[in-house]
Amino acid sequence: MTRITLTVDGAQVSDDVEPRMLLVQYLREKLGKTGTVIGCDTSNCGACTVHLNGTSVKSCNVLAVQADGAEVTTIEGLAEDGRLHPVQEAFRECHGLQCGFCTPGMIMQSVDLLKENPNPSEEEIRLGLEGNLCRCTGYHNIVRAVQHAAGQAVTS
Amino acid sequence: MIPAAFDYLAPTSVEDALAALAEHGDDAKIIAGGQSLLPVLRMRLNAPEVLIDLGKIDSLRGIRDDGDAIVIGAMTPHSVVGSDPLVAEHAALISKAVEHLADAQIRHRGTFGGALAHADPAGDLGGPAVALGAQFVIQGAGGTRTVGADDFFVDLFETAIGDDEILTEVRIPKHTGWGARHEKFVRIVHQWPIVAVAATVRVDGGTIAEARIGMANMGSTPVRARAVEEALAGQPATEDAVRAAAERADEGTNPPSDLNGDADYRRHLSRVLTRRAVLAAAGA
Amino acid sequence: MTATVDQVEREIGRDRRRKEDQRLITGRTRWTDNLTLPGMLHLAMVRSPFAHATITSVDTSAAKTAPNVVAVYSGADFGDELGVCINAWPITPDQVAPTHSPMPSDRVAFAGEVVAVVVARSAAEARDAAELVDVEYDVLPAALDLKEAAADTVLAHPDLGTNKSALWVFDSGEAGTGAPVEDAIAKARTDGIVIEREYRQQRLIPAFMEPRSVVVDPTGEQYVMYSATQIPHILRFALAATTGVSESKIRVIAPDVGGGFGGKLQVTPEEWIAWAVGRRLGKPVKYTETRSESLLSAHHGRDQWQKLTLSAEKDGTVTGLKVELLADLGAYVAIVGGGVPVLGAFMFNAIYKFPAYHFSVQTVLTNKTWTDAYRGAGRPEATYAIERLMDELAAEVGVDPIAIREKNWIKHDEFPFTTVAGLEYDSGNYEAATARAKEMIGYDELRAEQMARRASGDKVQLGIGVSTFTEMCGLAPSRVLGTLDYGAGGWEHASVRMLATGKVEVVTGASAHGQGHETAFSQIVADRLGVAFEDVEVLHGDTQVAPKGLDTYGSRSLVVGGEALVKAADKVIEKAKPIAAHLLEASADDLEFANGRFSVRGTDQGMAMAEVALATFAAHNLPDGVEASLDSDATYDPVNFNFPHGTHLCAMEVDTETGELKMRKYVCCDDIGNIINPLIVSGQVHGGLVQGIAQALWEEAVYDDSGTLVSGSFVDYLLPTAADTISFEVDHTTSPSLTNTLGTKGVGEAGTIASTPAVVNAVVDAVRHLGVNDIQMPCTPERVWRAIQDGGSGGATTEAAQPHFDEAEGAGA
Repeated sequence: MTRITLTVDGAQVSDDVEPRMLLVQYLREKLGKTGTVIGCDTSNCGACTVHLNGTSVKSCNVLAVQADGAEVTTIEGLAEDGRLHPVQEAFRECHGLQCGFCTPGMIMQSVDLLKENPNPSEEEIRLGLEGNLCRCTGYHNIVRAVQHAAGQAVTS
Repeated sequence: MIPAAFDYLAPTSVEDALAALAEHGDDAKIIAGGQSLLPVLRMRLNAPEVLIDLGKIDSLRGIRDDGDAIVIGAMTPHSVVGSDPLVAEHAALISKAVEHLADAQIRHRGTFGGALAHADPAGDLGGPAVALGAQFVIQGAGGTRTVGADDFFVDLFETAIGDDEILTEVRIPKHTGWGARHEKFVRIVHQWPIVAVAATVRVDGGTIAEARIGMANMGSTPVRARAVEEALAGQPATEDAVRAAAERADEGTNPPSDLNGDADYRRHLSRVLTRRAVLAAAGA
Repeated sequence: MTATVDQVEREIGRDRRRKEDQRLITGRTRWTDNLTLPGMLHLAMVRSPFAHATITSVDTSAAKTAPNVVAVYSGADFGDELGVCINAWPITPDQVAPTHSPMPSDRVAFAGEVVAVVVARSAAEARDAAELVDVEYDVLPAALDLKEAAADTVLAHPDLGTNKSALWVFDSGEAGTGAPVEDAIAKARTDGIVIEREYRQQRLIPAFMEPRSVVVDPTGEQYVMYSATQIPHILRFALAATTGVSESKIRVIAPDVGGGFGGKLQVTPEEWIAWAVGRRLGKPVKYTETRSESLLSAHHGRDQWQKLTLSAEKDGTVTGLKVELLADLGAYVAIVGGGVPVLGAFMFNAIYKFPAYHFSVQTVLTNKTWTDAYRGAGRPEATYAIERLMDELAAEVGVDPIAIREKNWIKHDEFPFTTVAGLEYDSGNYEAATARAKEMIGYDELRAEQMARRASGDKVQLGIGVSTFTEMCGLAPSRVLGTLDYGAGGWEHASVRMLATGKVEVVTGASAHGQGHETAFSQIVADRLGVAFEDVEVLHGDTQVAPKGLDTYGSRSLVVGGEALVKAADKVIEKAKPIAAHLLEASADDLEFANGRFSVRGTDQGMAMAEVALATFAAHNLPDGVEASLDSDATYDPVNFNFPHGTHLCAMEVDTETGELKMRKYVCCDDIGNIINPLIVSGQVHGGLVQGIAQALWEEAVYDDSGTLVSGSFVDYLLPTAADTISFEVDHTTSPSLTNTLGTKGVGEAGTIASTPAVVNAVVDAVRHLGVNDIQMPCTPERVWRAIQDGGSGGATTEAAQPHFDEAEGAGA
């Protein structure tokens, strides 16, 4: 067991963890942050995407011990003071989700994408989300949601 | 989805990391960004007893100008390499290859040295590394040695890095003013390339003065398309001339056959992509 | 007063944002794997690496002594209490089907089959110990290739004596719905056109995003199973029927379920094993599969060879269609299993007026993962075959592909129309949908560009793919299912409960997993009862909350479940009426109900439904003999299928040098009757399109010659990403269904059904002038390139995957 201390969604937490514990498992099993989910075992699907020290990572591809001292933001920490993040709002407004399983990762990656490129083209949005799989939406309305969040005019 | 248990070490200096490697030998595995290693561990394709994490060694991160070369620390994340102005100016081929490497999340976490040391022949960086004649700085207990790209890649997932050594930095000879193009051929974007061709070209008055071409997934290591490079030297940067030279792209290669294409198809692709990459790099 | 009532905006037709989304976008979710119960134990499965083998021994001793392991079981440790996985649709009386033990003790029949289960205090420790279970096998020859298996070369189950499970036949001559097809073909061979083709429906994997998970809690009076399933009610029935537990002691909960697409329409070995272990140990247990396990062992879809003979007059008028299918069941006959191709049997004639039709399917057992429903289930296969053939016929006759369809389709004034397969299509307008789709894509301009590119020998050629479609959805009239020997009915159940505060609770037997039922059903009930959209709460997915239902699949939830809701809501109004009349001191005959209000005709007297609900709750002043409840139930059995249709057009660029494909534009105009929520409909269409396009271009479950699934992870089973797809243009024409009150038709599968042939037709259309008339799916760049080289269909997929995550030395990247 290794002692780790980190900040998750604004709260400091400290736990003894096995080195083999993945960050996503730490979030889900130790902290009960089950908003972040596991969709694959090859790091293709991106469902587990969170922000680690301000940039997006796949939390299945980071060990919990590697997050020692870091700041982690999950889908559960995105809304501030009960107010949805604009990207969350946009996913609802544009019907960018159906079953909702990929949604936490998709939203976290979209936030990261817009931080790096506040006014992306459709192609840049699509490439920026290449690490996140969705099986329900065909991506059409996810792209619309990101455009909407970027303040762009959105067609159906 | 859960790796087998291991002990975890996070040394803060290369010396400490080397000492840990020496102590644990075959039982240990180095983890850089971990973007290929962690899937291996999760699927239990490998189960090292000790993981030595290089993530806390600050000296392994960073990019600097060193006269005739750009030096990239082995633990520099792809996203940093991809947006670095020095790299863009002097080794544009690297910038272009990194742009489409894996996906954004993996580029944030995965490292330049880690990807090269993983030595997946389908990896995005091998082609640019051999094309640009990258020099790999490897540190061991006895000191530091430098290995050229042609000798660094030994076989499938095998490099010149010894069991008791660590890749610390990669020196990319400056190719200032050279045109560059990375042609990555995939069925879906987050795949490894079926074939990728990395070409960088120095054009002098409409003539191709020099061309350097590296290819991914045309054998068990990244390979140089030397026959094409030789054929291109002194040729006009025209469609016909480049097409003729590119016909030799698959000479000496031994591409694999798999779900995404058999060897013959890869050979064909290497010729087409080489032509396109060279023409684009030459600005033609 | 009346004026304001008239201004109430109708909910049906509004693009309401979904009620479901607030929790899903904030991570406040209840996936099965999120559940943690006191003392919960975790399961890890030990799976066979061999496609076919005798189990000679299972040594669990080392695993049992591993840290925190509670138990290790193999099949031999359970008797009948393990139950069996059932097939609910024996398609013929003499169907040959192996017994499907969830965990066989003697022989495994596909790679991935569970042979032992480890129970430990943590998932990690269960996995660690699973590595210590030592199973010895005697490897047997495996039946892998579908055609060879159909010839009984190697037996998938030696004791059955054959791989041939069932032969199901429909013949229009025998059924009296049309002429004998052989006569039509014979005639066409002498003075007409005969198109003979063989198409491959490759094996697909549904690949829902949420891996399956099951939690069993045996600690209360009812045994509770939480499962990531589409079918909690059917699951409950099957558990009772096969494990000896009284149905009344079983509660099944499908909490948030992350996609299904047919892939969670199953009763699975993993559920049965968890059930048995939980009951044996008396402790809550959880099993969550990895993605690799999911791809390996959750059921696959499609996997057919289609032998097709189409006969026509020289002018392109079709005279007959003969369809001979081989369908791969995999190792076991799954819950619907062999019924999937039968669901397609009625759809090969599609929107056309064919005079003669013959269909046969031979289902075949192999040593591969079992197959069952995947989005569309039977109808995509049928639509693919006929829409590819219509293009071939157009090429043979030398006319535009749309012209050949127009010559043969049912005209809008010919509805209702009884087809050669015996179905009665109630409504449709193929002319209108096609005209709109052509306008949307700029059909004539694209054809002109195509001609120009051909003439100039452009390296990039352009193809325009056409696909029309109809499908039968809304499974299904129970009497029809009865004639097909399906094991259950096709009704759906709903309850509407009027709460004292005027809020409405709606209980549905449909079980959503991403469809947006909570929103769409709220809209329907809000309109019907005249209550606010926000005041309707939709409850589902728990057999103790929604005790009656037949769940969600086959585009049935709205057209069957929605109609049940309408009927239940109407009963509420009927029950409220005498109470309102009593309170208003009027005759019930003088009351009318509109916009949530009972009014006395010819007066300004009235009372809102909410007021009636409160008065009924108080029950202080009810008419004599009237019970103090407005709550109502309805069970609705559909009178017919319904038949959405549409025209899809795809413009595809083909790089003839590399075979690379670039979709330029995709438009569709679907007629799905009246639309409840256009936003949800658009989502269903977009998602369906991409799944259908993915079959055409990317996805294929590939096995090697030892029966190992080569495309066993998302590295090799290629789901498209945002960057591989484009934005779509979607529009609708509207011919309301005549067989349900709301005039709706199903939309869940439409996109998937139509898009696959539209895409392949586009690819073939782009290179037909180069001597190509078919490219096998998925149309990989390599296949396209080879087809251009040699005129074939591109050849088989190389059965090997490249390692990327390798155990070899070298630092991790």
